[in-house]
Amino acid sequence: MKNIPYSERATILKATNVNKFFLDPVKFQVLKDISFEVKKGEFLSIVGKSGCGKSTLLYILSTMDTAYDGLLEMNGKSLTGLTQNQLAAFRNEHLGFVFQFHFLLPEFTALQNVMLPGLKLGKFSSKEIEERAYQKLKLVDMHEHALKPSSKLSGGQQQRVAIARALINDPTIVMGDEPTGNLDKANSDMVYSIFRDISHNNGQTIITVTHDPDFAEGGDRIIEMSDGHIISHGHEKTVQ
Amino acid sequence: MKLKIAFDIAKTHLLTKKKQTLVAMMGVTFGIAMFIVMISFMQGVNQFLEDSALDASPHVRIYKQITSDRPSLIQQQNPDGFNVIYHQKPRQELAKIKNGLVIARHIEQQPEVLGVSPQVSTQVFFNTGSVPIPATLAGVDVQREEKLYRLSQRMKAGKIEDLMANANGVILGRLLARKLNLGVGDKVNVTSSTGGTSLLRVVGIFSFGIQTVDDARGYVNTPKVQELIQKDANYITDLHIKMKDPLKAIAFGKELARQYDYRVEDWAMANAAILAGEQIRNVMTFVVSFTLLVVAGFGIYNIMNMNVMNKIKDIAILKATGFDGQDVVAVFMIQSVIIGLMGALLGVIIGFSLSYLLSITPFAAGDFLSIDTFPVKFDPKFYLLGVIFGVITTLLAGYFPSRKAAKIDPVAILRG
Repeated sequence: MKNIPYSERATILKATNVNKFFLDPVKFQVLKDISFEVKKGEFLSIVGKSGCGKSTLLYILSTMDTAYDGLLEMNGKSLTGLTQNQLAAFRNEHLGFVFQFHFLLPEFTALQNVMLPGLKLGKFSSKEIEERAYQKLKLVDMHEHALKPSSKLSGGQQQRVAIARALINDPTIVMGDEPTGNLDKANSDMVYSIFRDISHNNGQTIITVTHDPDFAEGGDRIIEMSDGHIISHGHEKTVQ
Repeated sequence: MKLKIAFDIAKTHLLTKKKQTLVAMMGVTFGIAMFIVMISFMQGVNQFLEDSALDASPHVRIYKQITSDRPSLIQQQNPDGFNVIYHQKPRQELAKIKNGLVIARHIEQQPEVLGVSPQVSTQVFFNTGSVPIPATLAGVDVQREEKLYRLSQRMKAGKIEDLMANANGVILGRLLARKLNLGVGDKVNVTSSTGGTSLLRVVGIFSFGIQTVDDARGYVNTPKVQELIQKDANYITDLHIKMKDPLKAIAFGKELARQYDYRVEDWAMANAAILAGEQIRNVMTFVVSFTLLVVAGFGIYNIMNMNVMNKIKDIAILKATGFDGQDVVAVFMIQSVIIGLMGALLGVIIGFSLSYLLSITPFAAGDFLSIDTFPVKFDPKFYLLGVIFGVITTLLAGYFPSRKAAKIDPVAILRG
């Protein structure tokens, strides 16, 4: 992606006039007319103070929250108004998630956790999926712990496994909700370098909500939010 | 493929919470086991009572009913008038079935009839010492009686052939013989209600295992009773009919009632009390079984509900990574079905073991019924029914928590 000028890159995500209200306890507008685009292979961070609506925006982008007004388009496909099952299938194939609190299935081994979305997609045989899962675990340097139950892993290790799981179906977009929020410096750096690597070398788009200024600075672009508005779309930085 | 993942997840959930799985299974197991024991025992009792009633009584009985309920002469003469008749008495008439033997032959030719036994039955007193003991003396052709009631298998002493050989022989019910203190070879004096007396020799003792029969019946040869009550050789009071299929008796009885102007009684009428008891037991079995299964169902429902609550984060992750509502339903339904199936199979084994133990438990019913152990019916149908009920119960009990799991909003869980 390094050599293609920013404006010529394909648009992978497009949000148009997204409004979101919380109805409980009183009607309150969390997102106000949010419109923005994300290009293929971009490493985007969304920052802002707590309560500015950035997490809410991320969960709308994740397709899990469907209670919003406006239009959402990803990979050239309009996602507004699709059924829950259609959205689940879309998430499975095109989106990967990394959350602040690792969120692995505790009864399963690291390997099984990584394999599950792949098995659900069913594009490859389970043998191939296992092989791919090993590759992804190797990418996050967790292949030695593949057969451990995930409940026996440390927080940083779990987060790395979660990243491997997010990558198993080679998603178009990887979304992170404070992916480094709970990690020490070493693990944060590791997560950052993995994201950096897949966005630059694989052309996968990264969208993270973060409070970590170093993490955000390291990305391609920063969107800044305040009080439900986007106050700065940021600009594509020169990538070395 | 999709179900395979759901199955793997379900299996992992069940295996990591072995104790909880076991407790849920035990609920089903206990329910099914008790259901099987209940139904086997109740049906066993039904069968036993029905069998003993059917064995000892005719499927259809034809006799003449002496009744005072008949139109009087004055009513026949003056049907439109205001007739008042006080204290109408039964007419002087014989309890005889006219052409009884011809009718018997005719009925016997019907293909669905196993056998017909024409009888002369009368009330007598057995005189032992100074006390007259009442009983019914049935004059029978013992070979026909054998065909109907397998009398030879019910002999406690003596042989039925001895009755044929001895014109003055009598076979007494076990309890009657005990009351009279008589054994085979003893003699006893009987007096009929019309005053005839006769000296009979006891040639055998039978027991049907039913108190009312064993306590008050004696069999003699037909001519002996006819002689005792001073009637001719065509004098027949009862026709006992056994069908090949007892269930056809009722329809057959109705047909006979149309053909002959006599009272026709089928076994269901004669044993109305037993059939009513049977119905009550069936209702009871149903109610208790239903309750057991509902309790087991609620047990599973609770555990599955708890399970869903415990797994709420996992469900959110699965949904976030692209599993849809149906996958989540499948994961939890499969768990319910596994619990249900395993529980039901275990319940069948335990139910069978308990039923078997019950069937060999000694049970002294005294003289009332001839029975040594509890009557238990072993019918594969009950076991199949148990498994089907178990699985249906668990399916229902698992369905609602699964629906709830499928409806979980992942955003609410993941955002914390």
